[in-house]
Amino acid sequence: MLNKSLISINDYSKEECIRVLDLAEEFEKEPVQNLLSGRVVATLFFEPSTRTRLSFESAVSRLGGQIIGFTDSSSSSVQKGESLKDTVCTVANYSDLIVMRHPIEGSARYASEVSKVPVVNAGDGANQHPTQTLLDLYSIRKTQGKLDDLNIFMVGDLKYGRTVHSLLMAMSQFNVNFFFISPDELKMPNEYKLHLDNMGIEYHEQRDFSDIVPEADIIYMTRVQKERFSDPIEYEKTKNAYVLRNDMLENSRKNLKILHPLPRVTEISSDVDSNEKAYYFTQALNGVYTRQAIISLILGLK
Amino acid sequence: MLKDQKILKVSAIKRGTVIDHIPAKNLFKVIAILGLNNIDNPITFGTNLESGKLGLKAIIKISDKFFVDEEINRIAMAAPEAKLNIIKDYKVVEKKIVEVPEFIEGIVKCFNPKCITNHEEVKQRFTVVAKKEVSLKCSYCEKITDQEHMVYI
Ligand SMILES: [Zn+2]
Repeated sequence: MLNKSLISINDYSKEECIRVLDLAEEFEKEPVQNLLSGRVVATLFFEPSTRTRLSFESAVSRLGGQIIGFTDSSSSSVQKGESLKDTVCTVANYSDLIVMRHPIEGSARYASEVSKVPVVNAGDGANQHPTQTLLDLYSIRKTQGKLDDLNIFMVGDLKYGRTVHSLLMAMSQFNVNFFFISPDELKMPNEYKLHLDNMGIEYHEQRDFSDIVPEADIIYMTRVQKERFSDPIEYEKTKNAYVLRNDMLENSRKNLKILHPLPRVTEISSDVDSNEKAYYFTQALNGVYTRQAIISLILGLK
Repeated sequence: MLKDQKILKVSAIKRGTVIDHIPAKNLFKVIAILGLNNIDNPITFGTNLESGKLGLKAIIKISDKFFVDEEINRIAMAAPEAKLNIIKDYKVVEKKIVEVPEFIEGIVKCFNPKCITNHEEVKQRFTVVAKKEVSLKCSYCEKITDQEHMVYI
C-alpha cells in the first residue's frame, strides 16, 4: 500500500482492506498523532463536496500535516482552461499526497498515472469513492464485530448508487447475504448480480421491505431521486416505499444499525435519529479515522 | 442465393488474404478497422452467407495485401472468430486465426461520454472482459463498452 494510489475499491485486496480497518481502530482510540508533521497533503476539489473535503482535512490536521488546495475549480487555473494533467503535475511538486475529487469518471486513475506522488480518489463522478467504502466497512465491522454472516439490506436507488455498488464489491469478499430493495426502475444492475453469482453469494430482490426489517443486521439507505424516473407519476407512487420510519424498527434485531452515506433528504424520517440503531452520524465520524489510516499507510507512516 | 454462395466460395484470388467467418453484421466494421476503404487493392466481399456457427457470415478477399498480426488482432473486437487464409499462387500457404487479447490500447473509444478519455488526450485502455461477444472494461471509468456501442478510432 506504500506509495500506492487508492483509486478504486477494487485496488485493495481483502487483506489490505482489513489492514486499513485495523489501523482506523487505532486512530479511533488515539486520534491525535503527530505522524504527518512537515508533510503536505493537497486537496484538489474540482467540484465542491464540503462533507468529504472537511473529513479529509480533519484527518490530515489530526495527523499534524499541512493542507493546500482548492475547494472548487472556479477559483483555480482550471477555469483558465488548464488540463487536468498540468494541474496534477504542478501540484505533485508541492505535496506528498494528492486527494482529488473530480466530476469526470476515470479522472482519478488518469491523475495517478501522471502524478509523481500517490493520489487518493475522493470521488470521480459516478465511478468510485473508495474511502467512503472503507468507512462503510469500518462502520459495519465496528457495530457488528465481524464482516461475515450478516444480512445486509440495500435500499433505494441501487441502479445509480455508486456507494452501494462499491460496498457490494467490497462485501462480496466476505460471506454475507444481500437484500436489494428498490423500485423496478432502479434495480441493482445485472453486472453486480452476476459478480455475486460468480462469488457464490446469496441475494434477494424485493420491491418493499417493511415486512422483512426484522431480518436485517445492516440497513444501508440511499436517496431515491425524482430525476431518475422517466415517469414522474411512478416516482410519486413509489417514493414512500423507500422511506424508513421509526415504527418500522419495532421488531428489528438488537444489533441492527442504519447507515446512510449522507446527505440525507427524506428517506430516513427524523424520528429515527434518536433511535440508538441510527448510525449515520457516527458513520461520518468514522470517515476521519478511516482516512487517517489510509493516508498513513500510503505515506508509510505506520 | 445458394449458387452465388458457391461461386463466392470458389472464386479464388491469385495472391493475397481471405478473411472468413466475419459476423455479417460486423462486415463494415471490419472493413473500417482494416482501412480497406482507403486502399487501391482489388477487394471482393460477400455477406449474409449461411454459416452454421455464426448465423450469417461475411467473407472478404483482398488481392496483393498481407497483414501483420497486430493489424489482424485489431479486428478481434468485431470478428473474434475470423480465420485468415494467406494465398500465394492460388494456394493457401498459411492459415491464421484472430486472437482476442487480454488487454487493448487505443482501437476503440470508451462509450461513456463522461469518461476522461473523451475529455482529455488520454489513450484508451481496456481489459477484455468477454471474448466471444467481445466487451471491454475501461481502465479509467470502469464502464463496460459492448459490441453494440463500439466505435473504432
Ligand atoms: Zn471510460
